[in-house]
Amino acid sequence: MLAGIRTVELRKVYTSPPPVAAGGGGFSFRAPGGKSKQPKPQITALDGISLEIRPGEIFCLLGPNGAGKSTTVGILTTRVRPTSGQAFIGEHDVWLNQVAVKRLIGVVGQRPNLDFNLTAREILTFHGAYFGLPHHERMKRAEALLERFKLTDRADQMVRGFSGGMMQRLSIARAMVHDPQVLFLDEPSAGLDPQTRLLLWEIVREYNQTGKTILLTTHNMEEADTLCQRLAIIDHGRVIALGTPRELKASVPGGFLLQLRFGLHSGEFLERLQKLSGVREVRVTDGVGADVYADRGGSLIPEVAHLASASGVELHDVHISEPSLENLFLHHTGRSLRE
Amino acid sequence: MNWKTFLAILARDAHVARRNVVALLFQTFLQPLMFVFIFGRVMVGSGYMPPSYKSLLLPGIMAICMVGTGIWAVAMPVIAEFQFTHEIEDRLLAPMDISWLAVEKVVAGTLQSLAAGLMVIPAAWLLLRPGVDLRVPHPLLFAAVALLVALFSATGGLALACSMQQTHIGLMFSLIVAPMIFFGCTYYPWSALEKFPIMQKAVLVNPLVYASEGLRATLVPQFPHLPLLVVLAVLVIFNLLLFTAGLRWFYGKAVS
Repeated sequence: MLAGIRTVELRKVYTSPPPVAAGGGGFSFRAPGGKSKQPKPQITALDGISLEIRPGEIFCLLGPNGAGKSTTVGILTTRVRPTSGQAFIGEHDVWLNQVAVKRLIGVVGQRPNLDFNLTAREILTFHGAYFGLPHHERMKRAEALLERFKLTDRADQMVRGFSGGMMQRLSIARAMVHDPQVLFLDEPSAGLDPQTRLLLWEIVREYNQTGKTILLTTHNMEEADTLCQRLAIIDHGRVIALGTPRELKASVPGGFLLQLRFGLHSGEFLERLQKLSGVREVRVTDGVGADVYADRGGSLIPEVAHLASASGVELHDVHISEPSLENLFLHHTGRSLRE
Repeated sequence: MNWKTFLAILARDAHVARRNVVALLFQTFLQPLMFVFIFGRVMVGSGYMPPSYKSLLLPGIMAICMVGTGIWAVAMPVIAEFQFTHEIEDRLLAPMDISWLAVEKVVAGTLQSLAAGLMVIPAAWLLLRPGVDLRVPHPLLFAAVALLVALFSATGGLALACSMQQTHIGLMFSLIVAPMIFFGCTYYPWSALEKFPIMQKAVLVNPLVYASEGLRATLVPQFPHLPLLVVLAVLVIFNLLLFTAGLRWFYGKAVS
């Protein structure tokens, strides 16, 4: 049975500090409504998220820390109660039918949460037992997953001494033991070395090829770009863009982004920049810089430089970036994902 | 209710307890048995305590062992797994209602507490003999009291762990568990407090009083003790209160 994911106008307002799992900081604070004598700070983590993730899709939530990615995953995995709105895994309402949902999902959390009292193999076999797998079957699956994740030589050791990468691999293996229809990966490649990251991507694609739905969150644009079939960019608890990586990149005006820094603000310079051929949009950043969206990159530089000297503006720095999700994020929010 | 999942999680706890059995044994028995040896053997042997103190002491030691074991067995894992290692998350995602995980913790704690209580009797008896006069006129009543005490320790551990912040673990033992033991009529019967009337009334809020008095009433009824009916009723009430509160707080920790 294939299962997709659907959310309808999900909102989550925390009245106490959000749990670490939900990302922490970066939320917008609002003055509490009503005339309560002891106003509690309200933190809006999700502000009406509606998503439809098709069965068998690799879908990515891309956004900076505190954007609401982990809260969305928390709600979809029964660990966070939505303030309003609904979430569905397959046909099941997540909040109303938690046990049925838990059978369908596998979850890799943002922070390591392995059972430190067990060996790597036991972590997998006990997880299988929680999901009612017979003894023989869970031993077989554990063995295969240990092999696939290159953990066989450490299989019978306690995980306390494992490196971060090994723990992460084991967490993903554990989430796959019961062969869930929907796999959630919350920032799976954070802290992984490039080699392990590639192994992770390969395994995610392989798992997806068996028809499984995968939702992963990341603030790594490269990961979103190469791995996901579709993605949603979220910021401050709202979806600000949704589509395939190609569509989204194409939606940035022009595609190329030239970030200019200059010493002195000049209205004339900016006006003439706008008129250069290929320039779609010029945005002033902090008075001494401008973001130029254009449909060409390097070939524009001599013209920009010429224009600058003609207008008496001294260029300090020029940075060209090719069409990317980073540019898209910057275009929508005025902020860099990395900030 | 999904029994397969429940039993698998219980099996996980049993597996971990088996793995740590030596440490568990030392942690549970070393201190109470040293106490038994010094007070029951050395002090009685040297004439500072009357010989009957041996029999009076045993139920109290059993109560301390059971309550200490149950609280420790539930509270420490719950605090650590929620706040330090987050390792409980895998079990929170098991296909079972989250509250049943709290029930599982209580069952595991109760079983450990019962095991500790049943093991400390022969151990203390061996250390104290001769001169221990255990009568146990009604084994079933004794079993009922022991079960209620074990349940109290486990539900108490759950409620404590879920209401406590991680920075207060040290305080939990020095501010709650230690006074509970000293004012819990463990080393003396409740009637011995007659000369301290205020204290005698005040200690009645301490559930450990009912645990030790209940075990005293069923193991060594020749000594003065609180009426058994009162003991049973109060223990049932404490169990219900702590269990309800513990479940609610556990849920609050698990779901944000």
